[in-house]
Amino acid sequence: MLKEGRSAAGENRIPAGCAVSSIFSRSGKRLDGSEIVRSISIMHERSNGLGGGFAGYGIYPEYAEQYAFHVFYNHQKAKEECEAFLNRHFDLVNLSKIPIRKMPQITDEPLIWRYFVTPLHTKLMESQLDEDEFVVRCVNRVNTEIDGAYIYSSGKNMGVFKAVGFPEDVGRFYRLEEYAGYCWTAHGRYPTNTPGWWGGAHPFALLDHTIVHNGEISSYDANRRCIEMYGYNCNLLTDTEVITYIFDYLVRRQGLTLEEVANVIAAPFWTTIQNRPPKERERLTYLRNVYSSLLITGPFSILVGFTGGLMALNDRLKLRSMVVGEKDDMVYIASEESAIRVVQPDLDRVWSPAGGEAVIYTLDRVKGKTAKGGVNRAH
Amino acid sequence: MEEKVYALGERYIGAGLSEGTIVLDKVPGNALGAYLDGGVIEVHCNAQDATGDTMNDGEISVFGSTAGYAMRGGAIYVRDDAGYRAGIHMKEYKEKVPALVIGGRTGSFLGEYQAGGVIVVLGIGSEDRQPVGNFCGTGMHGGRIYLRTEHLPKDLPEQVSARKADESDMAAAAPLIRRWAEKFGGDAKALLASSYYLLTPNTKNPYRQLYVTN
Repeated sequence: MLKEGRSAAGENRIPAGCAVSSIFSRSGKRLDGSEIVRSISIMHERSNGLGGGFAGYGIYPEYAEQYAFHVFYNHQKAKEECEAFLNRHFDLVNLSKIPIRKMPQITDEPLIWRYFVTPLHTKLMESQLDEDEFVVRCVNRVNTEIDGAYIYSSGKNMGVFKAVGFPEDVGRFYRLEEYAGYCWTAHGRYPTNTPGWWGGAHPFALLDHTIVHNGEISSYDANRRCIEMYGYNCNLLTDTEVITYIFDYLVRRQGLTLEEVANVIAAPFWTTIQNRPPKERERLTYLRNVYSSLLITGPFSILVGFTGGLMALNDRLKLRSMVVGEKDDMVYIASEESAIRVVQPDLDRVWSPAGGEAVIYTLDRVKGKTAKGGVNRAH
Repeated sequence: MEEKVYALGERYIGAGLSEGTIVLDKVPGNALGAYLDGGVIEVHCNAQDATGDTMNDGEISVFGSTAGYAMRGGAIYVRDDAGYRAGIHMKEYKEKVPALVIGGRTGSFLGEYQAGGVIVVLGIGSEDRQPVGNFCGTGMHGGRIYLRTEHLPKDLPEQVSARKADESDMAAAAPLIRRWAEKFGGDAKALLASSYYLLTPNTKNPYRQLYVTN
């Protein structure tokens, strides 16, 4: 796939900033994708046309039990190789091209396919892994070993849609108005340190965790070296990828709550920790010490989608903007308040989370999945 | 002249404006009133990042929340709260003394690298705790910050010295507080009767020594 946005000198750096937005229904009401497209499009200037993408949750109820793989292929050979691999490891319940709308704004698209799969019973037993771990290893193997094949979405009843282009065009390209989900996240990209390409557009996903990210990770290489020790491979040419793996590692494998993950990746300063009550001080010190290599430094605002919920987090210095709005059962989180007001002018409450403060919303019926459940706010 | 209509989220509204008044009732985009040079902007909702970035003269009133930014003249009045880094790198020169008055509370890094001008945080509704976030005045080397509170932040950097403001200290803040109350309908007398802390750079421990001793 074409790697856009490199300067003539071959340098990749283009200074800029991205946009993120999300819409979440706590009652589980399913909304089509047109609202999230309207929200992200008002922040057009924050992107430069080198990447846009969306994640939708609850969009495949008819295949809720299968893993939904969304795959980019550079060429036919990659598809053949990947499908042979998938056939060896999975029962393919359904496969199809992902429907697109041809348009002049989106060009050079790879082959874009979708598979609903279940791990083959014999293979799964043989591997002695649980289902999620089996899937993660298979995704990792395809993305690392099969040249020109990228499984960029691999959760159940959710999916990632991304491309090189402005996000509003990407939304139309993927016909998002034809899907309905209880949670949508969106990203408009303005690549800074790495090339703009289809695989490098956000969201980044592994199983049902998706990340959209505005910022750049100063600690990328330290984080990468650490996470690669646990079997992850960073091969998508951009820093956000590593956040996805950190979430998978800390939540799924280490069993941390999302609040604890926030205390690891956006840990408070030692001076701030010192002023906390003793018990809290001890807890924060423990997390900083045990997972010191997973502290993410540099500016970021991220939205993390997961089954049944949504989390927003800023770096501890709050070097990127993030606004939260609430109206009845609806939650809106975006880089700018205007991106919320354009879809919901009348809000019950609007506020900016502090740096390092995890803002977590879950579906009313799955409350209790995180430590506190529901929403966690400062003040 | 037909009045210009501004879109929701439109950036750079009133940038460099030297005269006239703009009244907004939809959330403006970033950098509202950047380089403002004498114009007047009234915002009847929240404003976004970088409001008044590098403004030189004039006045911005926000009937909601926002952040002021790197001013070198003029005044910004905020009815409610301000976000992180409000008043970052404000500076002053002779008669150019910018002012930022915030009715509610602020995020962390209020007045970061402040080099001049006056910041007043009234902390209305936050009387039981400090009205600012962490790291207030980090890198401060000029200007004044007034905090209407009994709760001085615990983590003030060594470059900042704090004292209870006396009557002569309040001379610079009182007209600003009166103007804020007049705009947003507060009780100036009661506000002025409160106790304020005044934060100024600590000349015995200047900021330049943070990195190099020269």
